[in-house]
Amino acid sequence: MTQKNTDAEKLWFSGNEALALGAFEASVQVASGYPGTPSTEILENLSTYKSVYSEWAPNEKVALEVAIGASFAGVRALSTMKHVGLNVAADPLFTASYTGVRGGLVIVVADDPSMYSSQNEQDSRNYAYAAKLPMLEPADPSEAKDFLKLAYRLSEQFDTPVLLRSCTRVAHVKGVVTRGEIEKPTLTPGLEKNPAKLVMLPAHARGRRIAIGERQRNLAEFGETLAENRLEMGDRKKGFIAAGTSYLYAKEAFPEASFLKIGMVNPLPEKLIRDFASQVDTLYIIEDLDPFIEMRVKAMGIACHGKDLIPAIGELSASVVRKAITGEAGTAAFAPVDLPPRPPNMCAGCPHRGLFYNLNRLKVFVSGDIGCYTLGALPPLSAMDTCVCMGASIGIAHGMAKALGAEGLGKAVAVIGDSTFIHSGINSLINTVYNKSYSTVIILDNRITGMTGQQPNPASGSTIMGEPANAIDFPELCRAIGVKHVRTVNPHDIEATYAVLQEEIERDEPSVVITRFPCVLTPAEKKRPKISFTSITEKCTGCTMCLRLGCPAINWVPLSPEEAKGMGKKEKQKGYALINETTCIGCGQCLSLCKFEAISCGEGK
Amino acid sequence: MNQGNIHFCGVGGQGILLASELTAHALLAAGFDAKKSEVHGMAQRGGSVEAHLRFGTTKVYSPLIEPGAVDIMLAFEMMEAVRYLPLLNAKSTVIVNTQKIAPPAVATGKMTYPDECLNELTSRAITVIPVDAFAIARKVGNLKAVNVALVGVLSRYLPMDEATWVEVIKKRLPAKILEVNLQAFQEGRKAGK
Repeated sequence: MTQKNTDAEKLWFSGNEALALGAFEASVQVASGYPGTPSTEILENLSTYKSVYSEWAPNEKVALEVAIGASFAGVRALSTMKHVGLNVAADPLFTASYTGVRGGLVIVVADDPSMYSSQNEQDSRNYAYAAKLPMLEPADPSEAKDFLKLAYRLSEQFDTPVLLRSCTRVAHVKGVVTRGEIEKPTLTPGLEKNPAKLVMLPAHARGRRIAIGERQRNLAEFGETLAENRLEMGDRKKGFIAAGTSYLYAKEAFPEASFLKIGMVNPLPEKLIRDFASQVDTLYIIEDLDPFIEMRVKAMGIACHGKDLIPAIGELSASVVRKAITGEAGTAAFAPVDLPPRPPNMCAGCPHRGLFYNLNRLKVFVSGDIGCYTLGALPPLSAMDTCVCMGASIGIAHGMAKALGAEGLGKAVAVIGDSTFIHSGINSLINTVYNKSYSTVIILDNRITGMTGQQPNPASGSTIMGEPANAIDFPELCRAIGVKHVRTVNPHDIEATYAVLQEEIERDEPSVVITRFPCVLTPAEKKRPKISFTSITEKCTGCTMCLRLGCPAINWVPLSPEEAKGMGKKEKQKGYALINETTCIGCGQCLSLCKFEAISCGEGK
Repeated sequence: MNQGNIHFCGVGGQGILLASELTAHALLAAGFDAKKSEVHGMAQRGGSVEAHLRFGTTKVYSPLIEPGAVDIMLAFEMMEAVRYLPLLNAKSTVIVNTQKIAPPAVATGKMTYPDECLNELTSRAITVIPVDAFAIARKVGNLKAVNVALVGVLSRYLPMDEATWVEVIKKRLPAKILEVNLQAFQEGRKAGK
């Protein structure tokens, strides 16, 4: 059953906006995810469609379980995450492959080749193979929407969760998208007992394993005639097999060549591949990251070029593909010029800055985690020594404590953001207490999920839909876990924070310090009237203490000896610090560092 | 101009993405296909920001501009124009806002802002159009109008007529700031050619 959508206007949509529209048009009823670049805006946009229930879950495992539950109850369900999030959700993923679905179930996973905003560069296609699930891979926003709707049809037709692989250059690329038909749900929501299919006891699971084998064969057969696995025959000297954005890059580089564009990357259409390979002189497999298609084509006994030419590291582009195959660079490009770098930085007035200034001062080993505060690793703060994955900081600090024993006391701390703590830090804190560690855990509570763009989390007091919600009381939670020493500080207060940290780090028992101050980018903080600080230039001795904060609102103005003399300063003073009053929000951190009273509280703005 | 590659660059917070959006909508209104690529997340925090916008009378495949393939660059900050030199060629036109924003190493006195950095472009025969967009923004009375002033300059180098641009700006900007931005756009056009 379909309903004609009358609004046929052309939309200029990002891949993430297109996926949200696709979910709406597919009549998805329940969507759950965890923010992660480049996947975040799918749910943010979907939450604006009032007919769909959307939520931020504490982590990706919970999000997928919610979607599985909704599917079991007979509605179409969506779960969204970035590539590393799928690692967290892998446990339910592998068994949902066994149970299959009632309402269509799709997991959108967004990879990040070149790691624009990620800690690793993994290829999610491997999950499709390992979990024995079909995976679709769109190339641009328009396909993203169409493939998502196709994924729901496949999910229900073949009784399987379906993976849809996005990436940075689909998620954050904008292109023309047209509205399509809204598909009416075919199932009536409700609960149906079916233990042989839904209760994965070993005896039941063995039966389901056989059903999966049959499903895989059926899907492979289906893929042979699927319109999204498309032949584009041109000049037959070169033939390219590619999916997703890799297809776009190869097409751009070799518009005259022949192509087999793969829409469903798992399972692959073997007959179609054999047929295509037999029609071209030289076969090239173009894919970013792992040789996923190449290995399977080679296993079919078909000769082809792949990773012998195409880089396995970083995202591809038309020029990378062209150069790999012809050895020619295309347009001659200029070499880069050596310039001062412009790395990302914490915002002016960021509460994290005060904490990392103190951690640098305390010379402790900082077990870090994932968020804006990972920028605390960069100079001048230089106060983060490990960062592995979401929630890892607490377990790693505990492991260090157990390795070092009494020798390690007072030498290491864990830092973790509020959202990351809820994501997967709580379990580790339970372990720290249960197994009698002494490590100090610092929860950087800025009331929001910052890095991905201020999404509310279970400690923020609101939902993605904008409704008020319970806000976790961190001190109470930590006490309930068994932490006896829980302290809350304002990280803008440098000296008070230092004193508390010093005391807790030395303590031979688990302790938690909560640095609590809202992110400057939250709507409430943006609205709050600010008083910027001003420099009293005549009093500045150029001691550079305030510069150690690395605040973007403080600039160093260099002085020649003559200029210094002209300003009535000592000739040897090399410059002075100047606060940019349009950027400063008056957090006060620099004020407490200045021993020369060269900073004053300015006027309101 | 049947196809083209426009590169937008500058520092996070300068309104680069809005400028690229207005340009994309003007191209679409004139009947071109287009694709635009942006980077979000970690890369966005006060760092160097860029957007690639490709357009054509036929379907645009890759969302990324290849090295050396930029036709027009709209740079919101001088050093950022030079940072993306590998995307330019001797026939590129670079519209550059003559504003300097100190990156952390300069702000903390560890490095100095390169003097005369635009010479890196002109010495390679690249056409450079310097614009004091900050002065235009000040003149029209809203310092945030820098981006639309620069779009005004850019409009001189693209095949859409003035009415198409004005229509897009009217449709895309909130009423509260529309008048001042239309002025900034006109002042930018005057500065353009």
